[in-house]
Amino acid sequence: PSGSAAARNPFTTDEPRTPYEDVTTYNNYYELGLDKEDPARNAKTLKPRPWTVVFEGEIKKPQRVDIETLLKWFPLEERVYRMRCVETWSMVIPWLGFPLGKLLERLEPTSRAKYVAFSTLMDPEQLPFQLTDVLEWPYREGLRLDEAMHPLTMLAAGLYGKSLPGQNGAPLRLVVPWKYGFKGIKSIVRIALVEKEPQTSWNMAAPREYGFYANVNPDVAHPRWSQAMERRIGDVEKRPTLPFNGYAEEVASLYAGMDLRMSY
Amino acid sequence: MAASVLPTPDKPAAPRAGAGKLGWLVPAIVTGGLVPAVVLAARAARGDLGANPIAEAMNQLGLLALVLLVLSLAATPLQIVTAWKWPIRIRKSLGLLGFFYVCAHFLVYAVVDQSLALRAIVEDITKRPFILVGFAGFVLLLPLAATSTARALKWMGFARWKRLHRLAYVVAILGVVHFVMRVKKDVTEPALYGAVLAGLFLIRIMNWARERGDKRG
Repeated sequence: PSGSAAARNPFTTDEPRTPYEDVTTYNNYYELGLDKEDPARNAKTLKPRPWTVVFEGEIKKPQRVDIETLLKWFPLEERVYRMRCVETWSMVIPWLGFPLGKLLERLEPTSRAKYVAFSTLMDPEQLPFQLTDVLEWPYREGLRLDEAMHPLTMLAAGLYGKSLPGQNGAPLRLVVPWKYGFKGIKSIVRIALVEKEPQTSWNMAAPREYGFYANVNPDVAHPRWSQAMERRIGDVEKRPTLPFNGYAEEVASLYAGMDLRMSY
Repeated sequence: MAASVLPTPDKPAAPRAGAGKLGWLVPAIVTGGLVPAVVLAARAARGDLGANPIAEAMNQLGLLALVLLVLSLAATPLQIVTAWKWPIRIRKSLGLLGFFYVCAHFLVYAVVDQSLALRAIVEDITKRPFILVGFAGFVLLLPLAATSTARALKWMGFARWKRLHRLAYVVAILGVVHFVMRVKKDVTEPALYGAVLAGLFLIRIMNWARERGDKRG
């Protein structure tokens, strides 16, 4: 053992994992219902097979890939990440997936690619609340290319060693552990490399409350509540929220020179 | 009619408030109104409030408070429309039950959610309109609860008492606004309470206009 810096492994926290039951019954997935328990109850309608993901935009190898094929491109690895919801609760989740950067390298972004845009499946038969206008469907998210290439950023196909349940975003979702949970778009069918900052669903719905960056930041309050503290699911007492959800050492440099109060 | 009811030997049909034909009504409303609190407490004790029990308890208590406050404001319009007398008899119980749930809602927030961290609570109230609106509703309910007794009514005189208790409308509106501000996006449910409240106001206004017309005519 040569000091704590060498022992630090950002890809796996040794904090107690949130029980599987809680991870899979307390979800925000508005396409499957608005209350936290709704997605688990309604997820039956979502059929994660067969499933095709489209890669397009500023890449040299645009293509459509079957999910089974895609999951064989890269070895699946387990990573235990903290997940901080913008609503001030948090979890510790063992994800199963692969780094998004590996996929992007394979697709070969062109020099014009600056951002990555993601879309969720659009199909009200599988995601019935897409018949309501709570948000503009399909759900959209985005990352700057350097964020997307960061080794912490992953596409997850499973949790707790099993494939993702529908309510957690089967069959493929984004996990960006230093950002608020809503950036982790679920049930992805489209990944496009683009030149300009893409529109993102929560930002479109309430731009003052949900920014494009959505980095976990205890110093920038949500207009309606403080972000200084969070409740880890299972705890009674709140704990202080850490800048970049505790991943500052790895990712803070991505935002050097930016005013994170403006770019929230 | 009341005379035909046989008085029991040791308990004559005294003209006590709440006694009489519908003497069971108020106790039934109070008991029924407290059932959700008992159910909630039992679920909490069993660990059956889901993954985020504190948020769940706050949501449920807040919703119950709003429902009861709106119901208490429905008493008079219901009487106007139906000419029934009984809604007025349960109005106070509904209002006090609503106050009970508002207190419980606030206590769970202050004691459990915020661990009585005074600075954080003060910051919430002063910096966040959403919390301020809810807190204002709570504070405005205090004088109403304090003057809910017959003695207070007598001491204040009916006109002044009535004027003070018009605050109940303000409180209910604040409750709906607090709810609207709390939801992340979908305002259907709070809008529903807002619509009911607006309907109740409309009945009162129409009645008031009619009475004025009658007086002139």
